[in-house]
Amino acid sequence: MTIDRRDFLKGAGVAALAIAAKPALDIVTAATLPEESPLVGKRWAMVIDLRKCISRKNCTACITACHKTHNVPDFGNTKDEIKWIWKEGFEHAFPDQANEYPDEALKNAPAVLLCNHCDNPPCVRVCPTKATWKRKEDGIVMMDWHRCIGCRYCVAACPYGSRSFNWRNPRPFIKELQPDFPTRTRGVVEKCTLCEERLAKGLLPACVEACEEKAMVFGDLENPDSEARKLLAGRFSIRRKPALGTQPQVYYLV
Amino acid sequence: MNDRGKIIFGLVVFIVIMTFPLWYNIANSKATYRPEPEILTKGVPGKEQCVLPTLEMKEQHMNLLNRWRDTVVRDGKRVYASPDGRKMVMSLSHTCMDCHSNKADFCDRCHNYLAVSPYCWECHIDPKELPR
Repeated sequence: MTIDRRDFLKGAGVAALAIAAKPALDIVTAATLPEESPLVGKRWAMVIDLRKCISRKNCTACITACHKTHNVPDFGNTKDEIKWIWKEGFEHAFPDQANEYPDEALKNAPAVLLCNHCDNPPCVRVCPTKATWKRKEDGIVMMDWHRCIGCRYCVAACPYGSRSFNWRNPRPFIKELQPDFPTRTRGVVEKCTLCEERLAKGLLPACVEACEEKAMVFGDLENPDSEARKLLAGRFSIRRKPALGTQPQVYYLV
Repeated sequence: MNDRGKIIFGLVVFIVIMTFPLWYNIANSKATYRPEPEILTKGVPGKEQCVLPTLEMKEQHMNLLNRWRDTVVRDGKRVYASPDGRKMVMSLSHTCMDCHSNKADFCDRCHNYLAVSPYCWECHIDPKELPR
């Protein structure tokens, strides 16, 4: 096949246009940022299926994923421990399930715990600087580490042990720094933020994504069609220390 | 009392010695030294223009960063529309550092000269700082 002068010029013209249009194209592709398609809900909550969770013994996938994503340090001792999501024996996690003869399977297996993102959060009420607050739009109990002065009132107020204080500089104790997320500094309280930075990019929380048993379901309780609502409608669920009136938003299917 | 000459000579010597550091620094242009941030993006297509015009960035970058911080953390809004109609993610370690990846010669040089110590990097991570 031979190319005549006319076709050659046509081809050259198209190529020149493509080269000229590249900067413009770059701007167009840059205009669709991942932050422009967030996950939006009115009342985020977590439903954890304890049966599924305990079916995999000694699994710490959610904890590892969360702590790696959020640059959570490991000081190697419980006194300085920082935890966003952790495991605790069933009887300690749910002390008001005062059954002398609880279900053997549950009794002997640890429950996975995280910040309950309460509807009526006591930590928020005591914070003197509004470094922690409940987001009106989706119910997440947020933290502003820029504003935290380290008074630890919230640590004392939280009945679930969800808040940890950085007694030491955490930087040297983070195994693998994630540049996408800040670390904290000495003198600041931290806790789970329900991965609000991932929701903003349209991603599920890191723990939910990491769970291979699909034992953790994240969803909007204001939406009657959400998977979380359907699970709660179909099975008996408990919450931690409901008598305190904090209205925790992490539900456990037992 | 005829030591006028000696006294004046002594005074002149004294003044010259006392002000010597000033002259010396002017002579070798140390006194007029002013650090300039090193811009890596000059002439790089698509990166010539910072978020705001250069003069505004020089004067207002700290306020812009504070505003970005508050908008992202407190209001949960992450996309910034610049006055010239571009959209960008309000992120220090990404949007800013993607272009100005030379923290030492871009941020620290002037901050050190002016003896200001912003605490951004006590928590935020300069991607270059990561051990490889």
